[in-house]
Amino acid sequence: MSTLPLFRRQKTTAAAKPLASADTNYSSQWRLMYLRFKKHKLARISLIILGLLYAVALFAQFIAPYDLQSYDSKYVNAPPMALRFVDADGKFHIKPFVYELKSTRDPETMRKMFVANKEKRYSLQMFVKGERYKFLGLIPTSTHMFGVEQPGRLFLLGTDGMGRDLFSRIVLGSQISLSIPLVGVGISFVIGLIIGGISGYFGGWIDSLIQRIIEIIRSFPTLPLWMALSAAIPPRIPVVTMYLYIVIIFSLIGWTDLARVVRGKFISLKNEDYVVAAKIAGVGNTKIIVKHLVPGFLSYLVVATTLAIPGMILGETAMSFLGLGIRSPATSWGVLLQEAQMIENVALYPWKLFPLGIVILTVLTYNFLGDGLRDAADPYKK
Amino acid sequence: MKKPILNVKNLNKDFQVKSKKTFFGKPSSVRVLSDISFELDEGETLSIVGESGSGKTTLGRCIVKGVSASSGDVVYHSESGESVDFLKLKGKGAKKFRKDIQMIFQDPYSSLSPRMSVYDIISEPLVANFKLNKSEIDAKVTDIAEKTGLNASYLKRYPHAFSGGQRQRIAIARALITQPRLIVCDEAVSALDVSIQAQIINLLKDLQEQYRITYIFISHDLSIVQNISDRVAVMHLGRIVEQASTDSLFGSPKHPYTEALMSAVPQPDPEQKKSRIILEGEVPNPANPPSGCHFHPRCAYRTDKCVQESPALREVGDRHYVACHYAEELNLKGVHDDAVNIS
Repeated sequence: MSTLPLFRRQKTTAAAKPLASADTNYSSQWRLMYLRFKKHKLARISLIILGLLYAVALFAQFIAPYDLQSYDSKYVNAPPMALRFVDADGKFHIKPFVYELKSTRDPETMRKMFVANKEKRYSLQMFVKGERYKFLGLIPTSTHMFGVEQPGRLFLLGTDGMGRDLFSRIVLGSQISLSIPLVGVGISFVIGLIIGGISGYFGGWIDSLIQRIIEIIRSFPTLPLWMALSAAIPPRIPVVTMYLYIVIIFSLIGWTDLARVVRGKFISLKNEDYVVAAKIAGVGNTKIIVKHLVPGFLSYLVVATTLAIPGMILGETAMSFLGLGIRSPATSWGVLLQEAQMIENVALYPWKLFPLGIVILTVLTYNFLGDGLRDAADPYKK
Repeated sequence: MKKPILNVKNLNKDFQVKSKKTFFGKPSSVRVLSDISFELDEGETLSIVGESGSGKTTLGRCIVKGVSASSGDVVYHSESGESVDFLKLKGKGAKKFRKDIQMIFQDPYSSLSPRMSVYDIISEPLVANFKLNKSEIDAKVTDIAEKTGLNASYLKRYPHAFSGGQRQRIAIARALITQPRLIVCDEAVSALDVSIQAQIINLLKDLQEQYRITYIFISHDLSIVQNISDRVAVMHLGRIVEQASTDSLFGSPKHPYTEALMSAVPQPDPEQKKSRIILEGEVPNPANPPSGCHFHPRCAYRTDKCVQESPALREVGDRHYVACHYAEELNLKGVHDDAVNIS
């Protein structure tokens, strides 16, 4: 049954496909791009997922039940807790609950194990009081979105080797992991636009010089370069400063790609008939750049930028994983994955790979989003 | 007395080509326009014909400064009687005369910015060249749209909403809005359907009568050229090889290359035997042109002299110029000869 409405929907989009239908006659470039983008289902879904991820990052302190420093040595390497609706007696509860965790030892291997104590239930509560924090960095409060009553504990994705809640740390780590690429790409965007624009517009020896410099920068092996640069960061500096340093390291390499895209588009657009026509009509250089060249390649630049973000996410993760990027007490997904460096952690406590799943999800959604944007970037192509 | 509007003198254009042999090799150049000279009177139509790669389009673009020429002069005689070298104008002077020479491009799909509404496209040259207020611009755009057969209510639309013929009308409206005295039409109708071609040609002719516009009409379609032009220049490999009035050129061509071009004009009568001259060989590479007369490898009448000596453009009749050593001796066939045979 469920396929029926889906099928009908496809039919309507197919009917709306010809771009030159009456109402698009008056549509500008951006409107046409939006119409195209809307047709790319995967990109639309990706956009929603990314929106959710960034919303979580924005309200991280509120959503995470515990903060970064909070740990409990009683619950080291605890497995993820299951949310239950039906208790041991077969009674149904509308509010989901978790059982208390009791640590025991495996009688054979003497390994520490956690079993659920079915006597003790803690129901999940909305807006519980917990550790104090500042909501959006402004309003001091201690209300968290959800949690369980003290002395109960809630570990949705288990805990790490110090008894810290992994779910909270993933949520809090997303603030850094999701914002570094944005800031980094933002800086690359500006540098790339300016240098690529100069290169493409002036041409000649300036162009050659800039292109050779870009080639040299790009021919550096990135990992050793990152290592060298992050080794230059002083070890004991505030988190914010360190964050800025890392972003700058990424942009230092990231701008070259964007500069090339800008240069290429500049050169190809410069020789388009309609640009030559504007020149013949006596339109000045600045006006040609602003009215013809920039609108012409801006959409491609947006695509290139979107597609550059996953690389930065992976870069940040890789660097932090190696202990070169973000350092404790600050946390990013790469820092969380550091524990996965040890094979016994992966073998015995596989939930420590959860951050990896989130990284993959984010990178994939960015790639799909980029795909959709690329399809939409040139709405005039038949 | 005819008033000259444009004098092209010894125009040359070289394109830089990187030598493929060495990384730091000196860029070599290809001469795509060589020693082009011609005169243009006000109100007339000069057609430039030739095969692909003969430099027609480059010549057109050099004249309007869409491409900068390597050397030579394009002297423009303005309405007030001033004579200026159009190519060397800069700053204020350039601004003053820029609007007098406009261009219509071959492809109406690439010559209109897809990101601007038709109104913005047509008014762009107006805004760039004159200081006008909004209502004046409005009036001019509506006026020109009407003259070029565009519905004024469509002006807020974007170019993708229009067909090829309508787009070319938009391009013509844009070229006309500054009231230019000379328009270079670079294959202005070759991208269009035959029925639309006729419409556009008629429009161009009407506008010429109305405003005394001078056209440089670049085309490879000889039927249209014969129909529209007063004089025709034939280009081969960056040179003008023959230039004459339309009747004279089509009636009695003096250059073997022109004869070959003429023989390619389709005949309307299917029963008539075609005596089409098929040129042997390929178009010579302009980077490595043949010695002597550039046409000699493909010429049926060549002699040793043609291989060694390059013929100069000389006058053989009333304003009939040709670059062939044997222009007087050869008895070449034009289009009209065939037409006589039918009747």
